[in-house]
Amino acid sequence: MDALTVVDLVLAGVLTGLLYGLMALGLSVIFGVVRVVNFAHGEMMTIAMYATVVLSGWLGLDPFLAVLPVAAVFFALGYLLQRGLINPFITRPEHAQFMLLVALAIILVNVLLMIFGPDARHVQLDYLLEPLEVGPLLLDRGKVAAAAVAAVTAAALFAFFRFTLTGKAIRACADNHLGAQVIGLDVKRLYALTFGLGSACVAVAGCMMILLVDVTPTLGPGYTLLAFVIVIVGGLGSMPGALLGGVLIGVSEALAGLFIAPSAKSMFSFGLLIIVLLLRPQGLLGKSA
Amino acid sequence: MQTAISRRRFNLALAGAAATTAAPAYLRAQSKALKVGVLLPRSGVQGFIGQSCQKGADLAPGVLKAMLGVDLELMNADTETNVDTARTRAERLIQEGAQVLVGPFDSGAASAIAQVAEQHGVPLMINIAAAPQITEQGYKFVFRNFPTAPELVRNGLALIGDLFRVTGTVPRTAVYMHVNDTFGQANTKAIAAILPKLDFLPFKIVETISYDPAAKDLTVEVGKAKATGADFLLLVSRLADAIILRREMVKQRWEPMGIISPGSPGMYENQFYQALGKYSEYCISNVPWYDPGAALTKTIEAAFKKQNPKEELMFHALNVGYTFEALLVVADAYKRAGTGEANALTDAIRTTDIRDRMMLGGPIKFDPKGQVQGNASACVQNLNLRPTVVLPAASAQAKPVFPTPGARKG
Repeated sequence: MDALTVVDLVLAGVLTGLLYGLMALGLSVIFGVVRVVNFAHGEMMTIAMYATVVLSGWLGLDPFLAVLPVAAVFFALGYLLQRGLINPFITRPEHAQFMLLVALAIILVNVLLMIFGPDARHVQLDYLLEPLEVGPLLLDRGKVAAAAVAAVTAAALFAFFRFTLTGKAIRACADNHLGAQVIGLDVKRLYALTFGLGSACVAVAGCMMILLVDVTPTLGPGYTLLAFVIVIVGGLGSMPGALLGGVLIGVSEALAGLFIAPSAKSMFSFGLLIIVLLLRPQGLLGKSA
Repeated sequence: MQTAISRRRFNLALAGAAATTAAPAYLRAQSKALKVGVLLPRSGVQGFIGQSCQKGADLAPGVLKAMLGVDLELMNADTETNVDTARTRAERLIQEGAQVLVGPFDSGAASAIAQVAEQHGVPLMINIAAAPQITEQGYKFVFRNFPTAPELVRNGLALIGDLFRVTGTVPRTAVYMHVNDTFGQANTKAIAAILPKLDFLPFKIVETISYDPAAKDLTVEVGKAKATGADFLLLVSRLADAIILRREMVKQRWEPMGIISPGSPGMYENQFYQALGKYSEYCISNVPWYDPGAALTKTIEAAFKKQNPKEELMFHALNVGYTFEALLVVADAYKRAGTGEANALTDAIRTTDIRDRMMLGGPIKFDPKGQVQGNASACVQNLNLRPTVVLPAASAQAKPVFPTPGARKG
C-alpha cells in the first residue's frame, strides 16, 4: 500500500475523530460540572440528526445553516431537562441517576421509532460527494467541513469558559460546589446552563454527523458508548481531553482498519480504552483524584 | 343407598355431551385457517429488505385463497435483524399457536429459528437465506426454496464469465469485498472453493476485504480496495452497506470497470436507487430473479399494485417472489394434507411439486435435505434507475454495459 493512501486514510481518521470529539465534549462538559453522566447522550445526538433531516427535507435548509437553530433549541431543551427532571437526582445515589437517564434513552429511541419508523434516513448533498484536492491528497469534503465546524464549536466553548463571567462561574461550581454557593452563585441555574451547553454541543455534532452517516432510531446507544470511550481515554471532565480522545479513536480505527482488519476496527478503540485505564486511569489529560 | 340420578344431574350430563359432540366441529371451524408465523427483519440494518419481503407475505393470503381455496392467518413478527431476537420471536409465535413458520431472510436468523422449529417439531419454510449449513444439519422440519451460497456463487460466477464474453472484456484482477456476517462468510467460502476451478474466468482476486455489516463508515475499506488497483470490484453486501460503500467510492473517485455481485442483496433494491440516484447506475447483481413472463408473476403483479399503488413490483420482485413462494408451498401442502397438524403438514411439504412459479428455475421440489435445487440466477444491471435483466440472452431486456462509462480500461 502506498504512503499516499495511508496519509489519506489517517487524515480521514483525524477529521472523523474531531467530530467524535465534539460529540464527547458535550458529555465531558456536563459531567465535569454537574457530575451527572448523561446516558442518553447518543440518543440526543440522534434526535439532532433527525431534526437536520427534517429541516433539510421539508424546508430545504442546508445542514450547515441548520446548526444554529438546532443548537439553540437543544440548549433550551437541555436547560429545561436539567432543571425539571435531572436536578432532583443530583444528590441521589449514582444508580438512581443511571436508571433515570437510561430510561430516558429508551423512551427517546422508541419515540423516534414511532415517529420515523426503522428506515435509515440521510441528507445527501451532491456538492459534498466531490472530494477536496489538497495536492495529491483527496479529502472527503463533508468530513473536512464537519471537522471545521467541530473545531469552531469547541473553540467557542473554550472561549466561553475562559473569558466570560458566566463561564468562569460555571468553572467555579465545578471546582468547588460549596464555595460557589457560599459566594452567592445560583448553582442550580448554572448547572442548567451547563447542561444546555452540553446539549447544544451534541446537537452541533448531530447536524454534522448526518452528513457522514445515515440515521436510524437505534443509532444512539452505539454513540453513547463511543462517547464514553472517548471521554475516559481523554479524561472525564477534561475538554481538551475529549477532543484528543476523539482524534485518537478516529486515527486508531483508521490504522487498525488499514494494517490489521477493517472488520475489527472498533476492537482497537476498546483496546486503547483498556490500555489507558491500566496505565493512566484518570485519562490522558484528566486530573488524578 | 340411593343410586337414582336426579333430573338436575341428568340435564347437566346431557348438556356436557352436546358440548363435547359440537366442540370438534367448532374447533374445526375455528382452526380452518392455517396459522403461519412470518418472521422478517422489519427493523434494524436489514429493515428495508424485510419490509420488502413483508409485502410478499401481505398479498399472499388473498392470492392463495383465490388460487387454492386455502385460508392463511399470518402472525407477523419482527426479528429486528438480530439473531437472538429472531430466536425469541420464533419461540413466542409457536407458543401463540403458529402451525408453521416462514422467513426470515437472514442466514444467521434462519439458523437460529431452524433450531427452534426442529425442537418444537414445527415446520419452517425459509424464504431467503443462503448459508448452506442450514439444510445440512439433518433437520426434519426445515425447508428452503432458495439457492445455497455455493449455488448462488456458481451461478453468479458463470454469469460473470458470460458477461465478459458478451462484452468482449478481459479483466485480470478483482478486489473482493464482503460483509462479515454468516451470509458473507458463506459466500467467501464458496468463492474460494469454486473460483479456482472455473478456468473460463480470466481474473484472480488480488485482495479480500471484509467489513462489519453495521459499519457506518467504510472509508478505510474503500481506500484499501482502491489501493489494490484491481480492474473491478466483486462485492457481497447487504443494502445499507452497499449504499455507504458506493457513496464512498464516489467520494474517493474510485472508478473500476464495474461493481459485480455474484449473488447478494443490496444493489437492485429500491432504496439503493432512491439513496444514490445516478450513482446507482451500472451496478450488476447476479441474483435469483423473477420470470416477468410467468402467469403467476402477472397475478402477483396485479395484487402487488392493488396493495402498493405507489410502488413497482420490479424493485421488490426477488423479496416478494421468494416470500410469496414460501407461503405458496405452505398453502399447497396444507391443502394436500387437509390438516395443520405438524407431522402431516411436514410430510406434505416434503412431497411438494409446484411447476407454476414466479421465480426463474425448475419446479419447487425438495431433495431429502429439504432443499430445492435448480433455482436460476440472472445478471441484473441497474440501467436508467431500474433493475434490468441483461443476461441470459433469452431473458435479456437490454444489452449489458461493461466496463462502465468513466472507468479506466482493464
